[in-house]
Amino acid sequence: MLERSRFSKLRELVYEVKVEDVMTREVVSVEPDCPVRELRELLKNHRISGLPVVQHGELVGIISIEDFIKCLWNGELDAKVAQRMTTSVEVLFADEPVIHAVQKFERSGYGRFPVLDRGTRRLVGILTKGDIISGLLRQLEREYLAREQERAPQKPLFRGLVADSASIRLCYRVAGRDFNRAGAAASALKSTLYRIGIDRDVVRRAAIATYEAEMNIVIFTDGGEIESQITPEAITVLARDQGPGIPDVQKALQPGFSTAPDWVRELGFGAGMGLNNMQKCADRMDIRSQVGRGTEVFMQFAL
Amino acid sequence: MQLQDIVQKLGLDVHTAAGRLGRAVHRGYASDILSDVMAHARPGDLWVTLQTHVNTVAVAELKELAAIVLAGGRRPDPETLEKAAQREIPLLSSPLPKFELVGRLYQLGLRGGQEP
Repeated sequence: MLERSRFSKLRELVYEVKVEDVMTREVVSVEPDCPVRELRELLKNHRISGLPVVQHGELVGIISIEDFIKCLWNGELDAKVAQRMTTSVEVLFADEPVIHAVQKFERSGYGRFPVLDRGTRRLVGILTKGDIISGLLRQLEREYLAREQERAPQKPLFRGLVADSASIRLCYRVAGRDFNRAGAAASALKSTLYRIGIDRDVVRRAAIATYEAEMNIVIFTDGGEIESQITPEAITVLARDQGPGIPDVQKALQPGFSTAPDWVRELGFGAGMGLNNMQKCADRMDIRSQVGRGTEVFMQFAL
Repeated sequence: MQLQDIVQKLGLDVHTAAGRLGRAVHRGYASDILSDVMAHARPGDLWVTLQTHVNTVAVAELKELAAIVLAGGRRPDPETLEKAAQREIPLLSSPLPKFELVGRLYQLGLRGGQEP
């Protein structure tokens, strides 16, 4: 069943998608008075097997690697491209559906077709079978992502709730100095946010920022808690501890500044990047800290 | 390229999630600083590191990385093995030094880069 619907989707696409949506626009072309000898470099450098011959912006022929090999065999490398190119060139128009191109490839056995603008008759692109395949795959992926978004609409949890304000509160306790469980709060928050349909990018940012806040509690304090509140407008994350506090918050925010002990650094933590990561991920961040009393980090992520 | 192909071509040891090697991988990130990985690795990256402790699994999970590859003949800690198996994150290892390993991955066509 799935197979069939996939197949018919592809069918649908080859009729819907236009040649101009999948063609290569940066066309490597050659002028008719160019010696055949010079094709070697062009074909090699651009990894192509044929190229259109263009004079004053107009397509006058096409020359392929087969033509080049023939010249090589016959010792005619000094001939002009114009003398050895194919002049009865089959072309496609940019506004044709891809199905026309597919049929043309099947019928002709050619490897590529120059693409012209129907109005001006100028060369605007070139199309190979590879272009069609990758173009259709791109289109399939776009539609797949769009459907994913539909399936997990944003904030479905709040839909239909009638209230002047609504929120969900999630609390996680974080044990100090326990590296084996470190990251558990961020992981739990992340999967919960996904489950309630929050946008992937916001979830990722909130998870990274929460992880860093959690690690700070684990590294520097005897424990604390992380509280997240989700409303239809924003996610807030508040990380609170009764640890030693930060004497100079501005200094702590400088990239690379760290007071982590060596054994923590050996584990790959304490590189002085945590607060920066948090700042980068959150739309808003406030740090309140009192030496000897503890620290509160407030972060907000807009929805 | 599939994770499976990389495992085969470089002879990597597979410690966990052997059933999850069908994933396609095109990019990699190499770092031993967890915050650096959190900041700069991208979803789907193959992560090469010397870190063997359990927090690597949390990082890989949070960043949705394709797999963790331990370089330099390092073996995962027991807790790391357990957590990675539980979270179905492929944990791989190689006796090659990190520089050598990254070079081989590059030769196979993996590319680097980072999140802005």
